[in-house]
Amino acid sequence: MTDDTRAAAGTGTTGTGTAAGQQISDTFTGSAGASQALKPKGPQTPTGPKDTVKGIQAAAIPAFVAGQELADLGETDPRIVVLTADLAGAGRTADFRDRHPDRFFNMGVAEQNMISVAAGMAASGLRPYLSTFAAYVALLGCEQIRTDLAYPGLPVRILAHHSGMSLGYYGTSHHSLEDLSAMRAIADLTVVCAADANQLRAILRASLDLAGPLYIRLGRGRDPEVYPEVPASFAFGRAVRLTEGRDLTLITTGSQVRPCLDAAALLAEQDGLAVRVVDMHTISPINADEAIAAASETAAVMTVEEHNVTGGLGSAVAEVLLEAGAAVPFRRHGVPDEHVVLGPPAALYAHYELDAAGIAARARRFLAP
Amino acid sequence: MATEARTGAPLPARGTAERAQLISLLTAKAKLVRRETVRLTRIAGAGHYTGTFSAAELFAALYYAQLRYRPGQPDWPDRDRFVLSKGHAAIGLYPVLADVGFFDPALLDNYTRLHSRFGDHPDMRKIPGIDFSSGSLGHGLSTTLGMTLAARVQGRPYRSYVILGDGELCEGQVWEAAMAAGHYRAGSLVAIVDRNQLSIDGPTESIMGVEPLDEKFRAFRWQVQRIDGHDFDAILDAFAGLHADPHGPPQMIIADTVKGRGVQRMELDTNWHVGNLVGADYDDVLAEIEAGLQPVAAGRDGQAGGGND
Repeated sequence: MTDDTRAAAGTGTTGTGTAAGQQISDTFTGSAGASQALKPKGPQTPTGPKDTVKGIQAAAIPAFVAGQELADLGETDPRIVVLTADLAGAGRTADFRDRHPDRFFNMGVAEQNMISVAAGMAASGLRPYLSTFAAYVALLGCEQIRTDLAYPGLPVRILAHHSGMSLGYYGTSHHSLEDLSAMRAIADLTVVCAADANQLRAILRASLDLAGPLYIRLGRGRDPEVYPEVPASFAFGRAVRLTEGRDLTLITTGSQVRPCLDAAALLAEQDGLAVRVVDMHTISPINADEAIAAASETAAVMTVEEHNVTGGLGSAVAEVLLEAGAAVPFRRHGVPDEHVVLGPPAALYAHYELDAAGIAARARRFLAP
Repeated sequence: MATEARTGAPLPARGTAERAQLISLLTAKAKLVRRETVRLTRIAGAGHYTGTFSAAELFAALYYAQLRYRPGQPDWPDRDRFVLSKGHAAIGLYPVLADVGFFDPALLDNYTRLHSRFGDHPDMRKIPGIDFSSGSLGHGLSTTLGMTLAARVQGRPYRSYVILGDGELCEGQVWEAAMAAGHYRAGSLVAIVDRNQLSIDGPTESIMGVEPLDEKFRAFRWQVQRIDGHDFDAILDAFAGLHADPHGPPQMIIADTVKGRGVQRMELDTNWHVGNLVGADYDDVLAEIEAGLQPVAAGRDGQAGGGND
């Protein structure tokens, strides 16, 4: 990762969301302009909580609530420590730092070391949560995750934010479209994707009782709401059926849950189709029964993910369905096996048909005779 | 045999009868390390002789003179931690852990066999006394730093020790960890480099030069000692010279050693990084180990450049 990208991500000069004239710019520390990028970011600089970011409630922004939620949990659980790789602002772990400075460790731009340090802490009785860009923790740190977290079975939680292609025109160096494939191949590692802020809170609360390591895939910190409140029934490995329908099931995860719900609404309104939407938040272990139920109870199954179609959610569901002998029409929808074209996030989602309209269009083509 | 090895009492001073007695014990234990390495290698069919022999005195000094631990309570929260970052020398560590009482030595008889707890590289989930699994080079300084910082968070008094190989210093993660340890003033972190001069393909200075090691670590804000890693007096003096400030600089002991030390045919010979002794050679080598350290093999006592590469 380059130094200038970090500065940009931390201070709101990214501008990845503006091209489509939609939502907010890729701002992570508030509504500050580029001038703030020139201010030094020392560990002593307080970064107070922001209620809104360009009109979006910060509480609805997963990357923002992580630090806040962990700071709350840290009040009653002294084992919780938080580490970041020079992205305390971008991942909002600064909220934890400000309330528990003795349990916060900024490890600098050194992700592999951060993972292994967290492993040593966990082996000594702590519960480390480490937070950084998905591309650098899952891809650069893949071997450390395998060898130092999963193999010893240590309770380290990885907050992998800005996953997928959510860093837009930063390009492939900053994208993480392979992490689900790599992470789900690691034994004894739970892999989960947060769809919104409330689900992330539920994941973090559930993580307190999880014995082994956990990979939490997050979006870019402004994912629109799916769950109006923190889902009390959240459990790792148990998918959530969000809508019912018999014409098609969309099995999706993380950042694609909201657009899938919107696509289902479009398909109902414009095509008269009844679509089941399943939030398969846990990629490993996959909820096989829910996938098989979709195959037997609905007319077709399409997986939708912000990930390379190779090896991610679609592959995991395909494995389940084929081995179960399911004879259902099936499609994987995600990013094709290519390095994505350049563009702001919203433009990329439209280009790859991963926004609501695109998902609906894909579904129509899939279902067309 | 130590049941609670040490409680932090000062090491006996040079020249005293207690010191001589301790070194006599340590010498015997270094022989145990080498002897058992030879025996276990024969069970496996191949073993990392030379990188274990170079660390034999370090293992002995740590477990019979320096570390605080309770073999009957491997998870004692205040125990000193020890991580063998050069995990391929575990074949010499297992016999020590058994000897001090972490487990029955007979368990080692199926070393590396199907379902054994004991592989070429150590597994913390299977072996009492192993504080962290290792084998993937470059990780151990980081995991040990994590243990050090955990002691700080939890207010525990233990030190965390790690032995690094010199070849693994090529891994970038080592320097990430070195930088972080200096930054966080991880004073209860003690790292020892087994500077045995060879990596697999040849002398480190021809494969990938690591010197000047002492200057490098000082530049990373460490306190550095450099000693003869086969001289127990020097090792014990280095331990006695460690500062006790948990917020002081992290502490490095560069132990200049000889890869294969104690078995002349192997000394500074890259061909013995992994090997297997058979027939009369096996008995000859055991006899040589029992005889104790002799001068380093002729022609190899200078720089590692004289090694067989």
